Amino acid sequence: MKNWIKLTLIFTLLFYSLAGVAQQQRFPKPEFGTGYHQPTPVTPEPRALVLEYSDVVILLIVLSLASWLALRKRSRKGMLWLSVFTLLYFGFYRNGCICAIGSVQNVALTIFDPGYAISITTLLFFLLPLVFTLYFGRTFCAGACPLGAIQDLLIIKPLSFPDWLRKTLGLLPYLYLSLAVLFAATGTDFIICRYDPFVGIFRMDAPFHMVILGIAFLLMGMFVARPYCRFLCPYGVLLNWMSRFSKWHLAITPAACIQCKLCSDSCPFDAIDYPTDEKQIKNRIWGVNRFLFYALLIPIWILVGGYTGSKAHTWISKANSKVYLAELLITKPEVRNDDKNLDVQAFLSSGKSMETLVNEASVIRHKFYIGCWIAGGFMGLVIGMTLLSQVIYRRKEDYQPDKGNCYSCVRCISYCPVKK
Amino acid sequence: MENNPKNSRREFIRKGSRISLLLTLGAVGGFSARNITHEKYVWQIDPFKCTQCGRCATSCVMTPSAVKCLHAYDLCGYCDLCGGYLKPDPNKLSTAAENQLCPTSAIQRKYIEEPYFEYVINEDLCIGCAKCVKGCTSFGNGSLHLQIIHRICLNCNECSIARLCPSDAISRVRASKPYLVKGSFTNDAKG
Repeated sequence: MKNWIKLTLIFTLLFYSLAGVAQQQRFPKPEFGTGYHQPTPVTPEPRALVLEYSDVVILLIVLSLASWLALRKRSRKGMLWLSVFTLLYFGFYRNGCICAIGSVQNVALTIFDPGYAISITTLLFFLLPLVFTLYFGRTFCAGACPLGAIQDLLIIKPLSFPDWLRKTLGLLPYLYLSLAVLFAATGTDFIICRYDPFVGIFRMDAPFHMVILGIAFLLMGMFVARPYCRFLCPYGVLLNWMSRFSKWHLAITPAACIQCKLCSDSCPFDAIDYPTDEKQIKNRIWGVNRFLFYALLIPIWILVGGYTGSKAHTWISKANSKVYLAELLITKPEVRNDDKNLDVQAFLSSGKSMETLVNEASVIRHKFYIGCWIAGGFMGLVIGMTLLSQVIYRRKEDYQPDKGNCYSCVRCISYCPVKK
Repeated sequence: MENNPKNSRREFIRKGSRISLLLTLGAVGGFSARNITHEKYVWQIDPFKCTQCGRCATSCVMTPSAVKCLHAYDLCGYCDLCGGYLKPDPNKLSTAAENQLCPTSAIQRKYIEEPYFEYVINEDLCIGCAKCVKGCTSFGNGSLHLQIIHRICLNCNECSIARLCPSDAISRVRASKPYLVKGSFTNDAKG
């Protein structure tokens, strides 16, 4: 008990005498008489840089293999095993991170924020799949994407959807992409990573709502084949653009199509184009007028989109923590007394002036204003182009993959009776 | 088919688009490469910015959190009345559970010699709640502090704790120097 009183005394004395002296030890380190050996804190090393580079090499090998399997070997079995490997390696072993889909945000951030240095591995993860797609089609989606693989393996009874529904839902990835780039460029958030429905499954650990979302996507994926890839994936938008102009692409038939229609139901993603219906061609003159009408509408769509975006910028910018905090402190000054509001308390104790915070917040909000104009205008352009594409009839003779949307999964090939 | 002008025109447009897309990719890649880094970066907590808010325990994508309490023994005063180990106003200076501040009993108290005690963090039990850090920083030398343990950290693209940290204490650091341990950290700052 004596010790206890003594220590309390020393403690209070020292506390008051040393409280003013910063950076100094309140209680000096004792000198031990018993030969005590002081341990050192354990600080395990992070994953080695060499392993990061090996990820890029593995991606390159998987991409090459996927392209070879789709275009040359034309083997569904091979592609299936490759996607299993991708799922195990990039999914469960690497915990879904690093991934090409999320790298879009790193590239956007490094372009708009010179203070952020992108790592060479991330940049390569962004570029390699796009370059491969430009030459071989979306073989990345079939073989090298863990998110695609987990959904692809769970397709049980895929349903076919009408064209209008696919086109409408197909606008979502564009919206997701523009929001992701907007949030990344303003340094607000990486929403693609945060709302990745499958990363929780790869890690076997996630917040409750993300677990529910992940399972929901997988269950939905049994009937709606690859729901994330088709109706959400922001990287898929870029891959789609590349794939449309790809130099080579998976072909259903190795020789001439005999129009047997056997492959028509084989694609779970409705990505096979049928030969042009002659009845549609009859309305050609009307089609030209409609084409001109929709083409002239595009600038209006862009303006409407940009205007809507700029009107929403105040609301969207609240996603940024600085803007949110500044607005909260201005509109509700009473939160200053709320001890439970950690953000407000941390700001008040940081010694940062209100003026600095408001200035920073208004700079960010201005970035959001410009960004929302661009993002909104982009969405307007996408809507205008989607409508325009409805009235373009490109004459097709055969059953062939829709190059933009085809994932090169090689399912259709086994349905084709032409073997040589 | 080969000589069909319509087909060759289509082919020409496709080729042109392909080349322009390739150039765009090259431009995006080249522009991003202006501040490219060959070094790996990892997330770490600056213990001097940390306000011990407790969010590290709940915001990490890992359960339990990759953030753990680290003990900079160099700074420790080896006190009997430890502000990081004991609750305020403990009824006895003992290892009894009701006196411990740590909700998971992750701190082990060991007698060395009169009147000094050693405190060791059991990393497997620590959840990174920062209760002990708050106690040690307010009443002691501040030798207990939070660090992201890279054996557990997945190095997410964006750290989910950094996003919510009220004092912006978490940032990317070079992987060659992945910890900001308080003892060496202050020494470094001086030197």
